[in-house]
Amino acid sequence: MVDRLVPRGTVHPMAWWGWAFGIAIATTKSPGAVSTGLLIAAVVIVVAVCHGDSPFARAFPAYLALGAMIVLIRVVFHILVGIKGGSGFVVSLPRIPLPDWTGGIELLGPVSVSGVAAAATAGLALAALLLCFGAAIALTDPQRTLRSLPASLHLLGTATVIAMTLAPQLVESWQRVRRAQALRGQRVRRLHAASATTSPVLQDALERSLKIAASMDSRGYARMRAGGSALVPVLTITALVGAALGTYALMDGASPRWLSIPLLAGGAVAAVLGSMMASRRIHATRYRPDPWGLRETLITGSGMAVAALALFGPTGGSQGAAGWSAVFLLCAVVAAAPIPIVVAP
Amino acid sequence: MTAAGIIQLDHVEFRYPNSSHPVLHDVTLAIPEGELCLVIGPTGSGKSTLLQLVNGLAPHFTGGQLTGTVTVDGRDTRLHPPRDLADLVGAVGQDPVAGFVTGRVDDELAYGMEQLGLPDSVMRTRIEEVVDLIGLEAVRHRPLSELSAGEQQRVAIASVLTSHPRILVLDEPTSALDPTGAEEVLAAILRLVHDLGITVLMAEQRLERVIQYADSMVRVGDDGAAHSGSPAAILEGSPLAPPIVELSRLAAWESQPRSIRDARRLAGPLRDRLRESLSLQSAGPTSGADGSVALRTEGLRVRYGAVHALAGVDITLRAGELAAVMGRNGSGKSSLLWALQGSGVRSGGTVLVYDTTLDSGAQVSTRPGRRQAGVDPRTLAPDEAIRRIALVPQNPSDLLYLDSVLAECRAADRAAGAAEGTAATLLDRLAPGLPESRHPRDLSEGERLALVLAVQLAGQPAILLLDEPTRGLDYDAKRRLGEVLKELAAIGTAVLLSSHDVEFVARTADRVLVLARGELLTDGPAQEVLTASPSFAPQVAKILRPLPLLTVDAVRAALVEGK
Repeated sequence: MVDRLVPRGTVHPMAWWGWAFGIAIATTKSPGAVSTGLLIAAVVIVVAVCHGDSPFARAFPAYLALGAMIVLIRVVFHILVGIKGGSGFVVSLPRIPLPDWTGGIELLGPVSVSGVAAAATAGLALAALLLCFGAAIALTDPQRTLRSLPASLHLLGTATVIAMTLAPQLVESWQRVRRAQALRGQRVRRLHAASATTSPVLQDALERSLKIAASMDSRGYARMRAGGSALVPVLTITALVGAALGTYALMDGASPRWLSIPLLAGGAVAAVLGSMMASRRIHATRYRPDPWGLRETLITGSGMAVAALALFGPTGGSQGAAGWSAVFLLCAVVAAAPIPIVVAP
Repeated sequence: MTAAGIIQLDHVEFRYPNSSHPVLHDVTLAIPEGELCLVIGPTGSGKSTLLQLVNGLAPHFTGGQLTGTVTVDGRDTRLHPPRDLADLVGAVGQDPVAGFVTGRVDDELAYGMEQLGLPDSVMRTRIEEVVDLIGLEAVRHRPLSELSAGEQQRVAIASVLTSHPRILVLDEPTSALDPTGAEEVLAAILRLVHDLGITVLMAEQRLERVIQYADSMVRVGDDGAAHSGSPAAILEGSPLAPPIVELSRLAAWESQPRSIRDARRLAGPLRDRLRESLSLQSAGPTSGADGSVALRTEGLRVRYGAVHALAGVDITLRAGELAAVMGRNGSGKSSLLWALQGSGVRSGGTVLVYDTTLDSGAQVSTRPGRRQAGVDPRTLAPDEAIRRIALVPQNPSDLLYLDSVLAECRAADRAAGAAEGTAATLLDRLAPGLPESRHPRDLSEGERLALVLAVQLAGQPAILLLDEPTRGLDYDAKRRLGEVLKELAAIGTAVLLSSHDVEFVARTADRVLVLARGELLTDGPAQEVLTASPSFAPQVAKILRPLPLLTVDAVRAALVEGK
């Protein structure tokens, strides 16, 4: 029998996360809308070609819609309360000053082309970040992603898996109770109906979570070995501080580069050490772990290359809505690299 | 008998928090290795608690106060929480789906082993072994939610087996299963006991399904006392007894048979006596098929996406009839009841309900050939529908949302437009002495069913539909439910229930419909349908085949007739 446990062509989930993370870093360095758009196009094409058939893959269009919403909301807010200025006035809306205690915020005011374009560009940058996240989810089955977490995160991973299976169960039990209560023949006020449904559904959810907890406990969940290390919390905090400061330094163009890289690297080392020490206490193993091969390295590598190009490549090109640079065209091409890797037999 | 048992309970008393009296009181037991031990007792007795004590869920998980000691293979459960007993005790709860942690069969099978930290190669071997042993090859890569109830139960058992436990604790493993599915699960359990020497501790309400496999039994009483012994000793004088034991008492056989085979060997003389007395009787009993038509369907179809739950079903239900729908899990029984009630999915065909109260008047029935116009229940407003056709769903607690029994009854009166106190009076007849102030959640399964019945019957509907009403009920509660339904039928209510419970249907229904893959296979008097089918035949029919007798009561009546 053909073993369909890991379908042919399935890539290690962490490879996709690495790829998406690299592109997400690149989008923050994008000079403007055109460059960001190129990256988004690359991401969308990769998802369209490489996605599996999990329900999460089918949800990717929702991320696209959400991205569009973000751009729209950003523009609407700019028109409503944004600080106006720039060139090319199009509409002259009346200014409505708010009371003094708001700190001098004005509603509406003259709207300019460049202002709207800048707002849209900023919205697009946010949307791009969101789409990278959505792409990683669409390309991997989150349950499998959680399975490949290190042992120290195992308990957290299991809890997340359960939370994810519980959500559809809640919806199902909500529908069941609603249907059952219609049987009683009551014509009730809407508020009353909501409370009548909520109480059995919550009871149901509570009972279900107790049952699943009992089942997990009796099957050995959270069996611990003796002896933890006091170093683990210290390392965890070091890792967090390193990651936070390093990321800030990396994203903020003003801070020196020599500061950011060592901070990030130091944080990463602390995280790995802490995780390894914490893992020693938990004696759980993985059934058929996903293998990491050349494909995975190439996919993650392409994401990292995009990040490196954006961070260290030659700067230049125009800013704003027309923000265009040759480096980002190259970035987009590299970002699409997983397509031949996955499609190739 | 200090070291005799792999499971030892020594003067155990267990009391839940905020409870005035203990659920288990001074229990001393020793269960030897390799036995299949059956735990019986009325609902609400400490059966489940006893099982939970064995793997430490009580008291570590449930809370409560434990005195005395419970040792499992020498480990004191007071010192070992359930997770530290996971390599020794495998426990499967009443609802297997509620215990699933992952989304797919093979992940679920591996879960326990992952927690124990077994290497990947060992996990692969064990999963192969268990898949073969339990017969899961066909479903091993499928999502758990797509499996049938019987398959889910077998996956739940398999998923604790992969940890190689020496003890298996099963709480009502067949309660949700149809007769065939139950047999598959029991065959798998039996194989574990015989081939692997696993000790099985199993609670079960439907003794007729499991009694023949038990090596020993424990009876837990309402007072919390537990007696253990051989099945014969425990069943003697027990009010909880399967039909085979009741028949043996009636016929006064000296050795008590537990399997159909043994009973048939003993039943020769009884069969001869019954054959004589039956031949004296005139034609078989008449069914209540002479009432006016209460409900009629034509070509009823129900579709969910690509799945045809019902494919063109024609049913006519008459006033005063007590009919039962049977069939495998997933054969469309629930879909049928919901579609009949009107709030379920209906993809095609017609459902019409008729006002049978009109016909009961003498002046109306003097006009033969008059055909009263039926109403599609889907077009009725909810408060009108409840007065015509009522449905008790599979999970009766879904209907209840108020904080006391009295409040629920009052709400039911208002909804049905009935006089104040109608539902409460009904409830008092169904479950006498139920405190009005009790929270519905604190009721036992039987009491909750009685409350929901009272709520749904407040509008005096002409048609009553019940979806799997006997789930979780003990023999006593089932008998009472059967009496209530017969009373309702006697006053002209058309009752249609779905059930896997062969013995209950044999005792209660006078007409049986068998559904398979959404089609109506058989429709006829209970006596004919149940004696003809091998999987739906009750124990008495199997023992006395080919005589058309279904229940011990029928045998008793026939014997009296013959004298």
